[in-house]
Amino acid sequence: MSKTTTTAATSEHARQQVAAAVTLTKADIQKLSVRLRDSDWHAAERLRAWRVFRDTPMPAITDDAWRRTDIRGLRWPELKPGRMQNAAKNGHSAVPARLLRPLVGGEHGGQLVINRGKVVERNLAASLRRKGVIFTDFLTATRQHSDLLRKYLGKSVPASQGKFAAMAACLADQGVFVYVPRGVKAELPLHSVIWADAPAQFSRLVVVAEADSALTFVHELASQTQRQHAVHVGTVEVYAGRNANLQFIEVQSLGQNVWHFAHERSRVQRNGKLDWIFSAIGSRLTKNFSEIDLVENGAWGRMSGFYFAEGDQHLDHDTQQNHHAEHTTSDLLFKGALRDRSRSVWQGMIYVAPGAQKTDGYQANRNLVLSKQARADSIPGLEILADDVRCTHGATIGQLEMEHMFYLMSRGMPEAEARRVLVDGFFDPVMERIPFEGVRERLKRVIAQKMG
Amino acid sequence: MSAVLEIRDLHVSVEGKEILRGVNLVVKQGEVHALMGPNGTGKSTLSNTLMGHPHYVVTSGQVIMDGVDLLELGVDERSRMGLFLAFQYPVAIPGVTVANFLRTAINARLRAVDPKSKGMPIPQFRKLLKERMDTLQMSHDFAGRYLNEGFSGGEKKRAEILQLATLEPTIAIMDETDSGLDIDALRIVADGINKLVGPKLGVLIITHYQRMLNYIKPDKVHIMMGGRIVESGGADLALQLEAQGYEWVRERYAEAAA
Repeated sequence: MSKTTTTAATSEHARQQVAAAVTLTKADIQKLSVRLRDSDWHAAERLRAWRVFRDTPMPAITDDAWRRTDIRGLRWPELKPGRMQNAAKNGHSAVPARLLRPLVGGEHGGQLVINRGKVVERNLAASLRRKGVIFTDFLTATRQHSDLLRKYLGKSVPASQGKFAAMAACLADQGVFVYVPRGVKAELPLHSVIWADAPAQFSRLVVVAEADSALTFVHELASQTQRQHAVHVGTVEVYAGRNANLQFIEVQSLGQNVWHFAHERSRVQRNGKLDWIFSAIGSRLTKNFSEIDLVENGAWGRMSGFYFAEGDQHLDHDTQQNHHAEHTTSDLLFKGALRDRSRSVWQGMIYVAPGAQKTDGYQANRNLVLSKQARADSIPGLEILADDVRCTHGATIGQLEMEHMFYLMSRGMPEAEARRVLVDGFFDPVMERIPFEGVRERLKRVIAQKMG
Repeated sequence: MSAVLEIRDLHVSVEGKEILRGVNLVVKQGEVHALMGPNGTGKSTLSNTLMGHPHYVVTSGQVIMDGVDLLELGVDERSRMGLFLAFQYPVAIPGVTVANFLRTAINARLRAVDPKSKGMPIPQFRKLLKERMDTLQMSHDFAGRYLNEGFSGGEKKRAEILQLATLEPTIAIMDETDSGLDIDALRIVADGINKLVGPKLGVLIITHYQRMLNYIKPDKVHIMMGGRIVESGGADLALQLEAQGYEWVRERYAEAAA
């Protein structure tokens, strides 16, 4: 009994410490609105989010979703909006060329590059623009496409989703808005890059594929590793309308000094398809909530994850597949490798609502632990409130097997090469789901580097 | 200069128990040897030890190949010296295709000779792989399958022979390559081996039964019993075993068999 009290007191103490570091006043938010030339509705939106932020305690390891991810070690950078701007003026680094070219191969339908909140490249093929496709940065969208944006922004991920959702909503200083109108098939992929090199950055993404449309969108969040702690906090909201076909590929390659928090949620309507791919390469710590809502009959969603942690990295993915309607299908496969002292957490849940019959839900998490000090936690979960469904899950944590190593080495491969081949093979089922050679090659290079 | 594998008074233990108790054997490039013997007599221990499986502990003896003591070398180095082991139970390697696997193995060999080597160009590799598959009458789609995953017993053994054909070792050990094969699969696999046998390849066929030797004619036959080679002779020795079984060997070498 006394022990419980102590834990609670300690965690309350920790909360207060963290809270002191991230205090934001109403005036701070108002100043930010002025600086970013917010339209009235967005300024009001920020203040609403700020109130939620103020009233929401900082997550602590006593919270269920945060039991395995302790953020007390984060030395919060200064969050005063004016200071963030000043910091961004100093030591401005160019976005590496490798991020701009390789991801989607030969041709883009459009590319958007944001460096420390500033748009440095924005283009969209004329053919797509003529059809009404919108591909622009978030702040521009709040001014130029406010009616459209407001239909979606904060609907899937409201500020009430959590401390960090509220933080991103009140401090958002960049982001991306993609909109494909009804019936439009965007043949060429769109590609955006957020180069998040400043001490504290907040992004919002809204991706909308209306009914009968098609889109492939690759988004990369990246920065170079620096010495001081930095944070990136983001929300991602994705909509696939009726019969829409949306392929969304996220690459997170933040520097290993960045603490990354994200709330992501998608909504798929009747017979819509969402093929959603996550790859987590970077960050010091990641806590990512991603959720898919299959809201109408026949909706289909696939979530594929790739992560490879090294050093002291801590990557935590919290996924949820919600079947709200009949004949919906979800398929999740997250595969991760860990070396050094790194750690991963995957916690997944398949939820089937009452009456959501004939649904098919699958989730699997496979981990390859490459060192004795690394650790993977894998926690699958099912909550099924309908009786005519097929839901299965699997979770494994394994090591490289001696018999496999012996076999490969007996063909002349040196030990390091044999390990790399086995790790490549381990990831292959996820790689196969990535539609672009450029992205696959990129991830393979990461494997080679991290195995190096 | 032709390659020679020379095993000298080899003693091997597994978990503290001595399994090989002084094996002597010489296999030269261009020769076909058969090593026969009842189960549990140390045949697979020998093949795994030669390849360098960490489970097997050499307590004394030497294995000399081209003047080098193989026992001093790592598994991969032994392979690159020209030694090959066709596994009795090849493991499945999920996510790695036959083609990818072989190309990586070939390139590892090229890089060992020249660290700057960029590896075999892909068109050249494809041509090589197709030629070898044609020689072994294998369908080309084999190359795109994950190595040994979901392979039938016969397919696994053929994949081993394909690797042998592609990596071109000088000495190959075939560990119970005939086990688990029906008569048709056995014929196909044996045909494959026969196509590779010649002056460039020395083969040590390890087998329990004589039936494989109906297809591949050995130059020499050795019988292993109790961790030692107790009899050596020509092809007729295998026929004698077929006709009479191992009982007479056990009686003659009661001490070894004990």
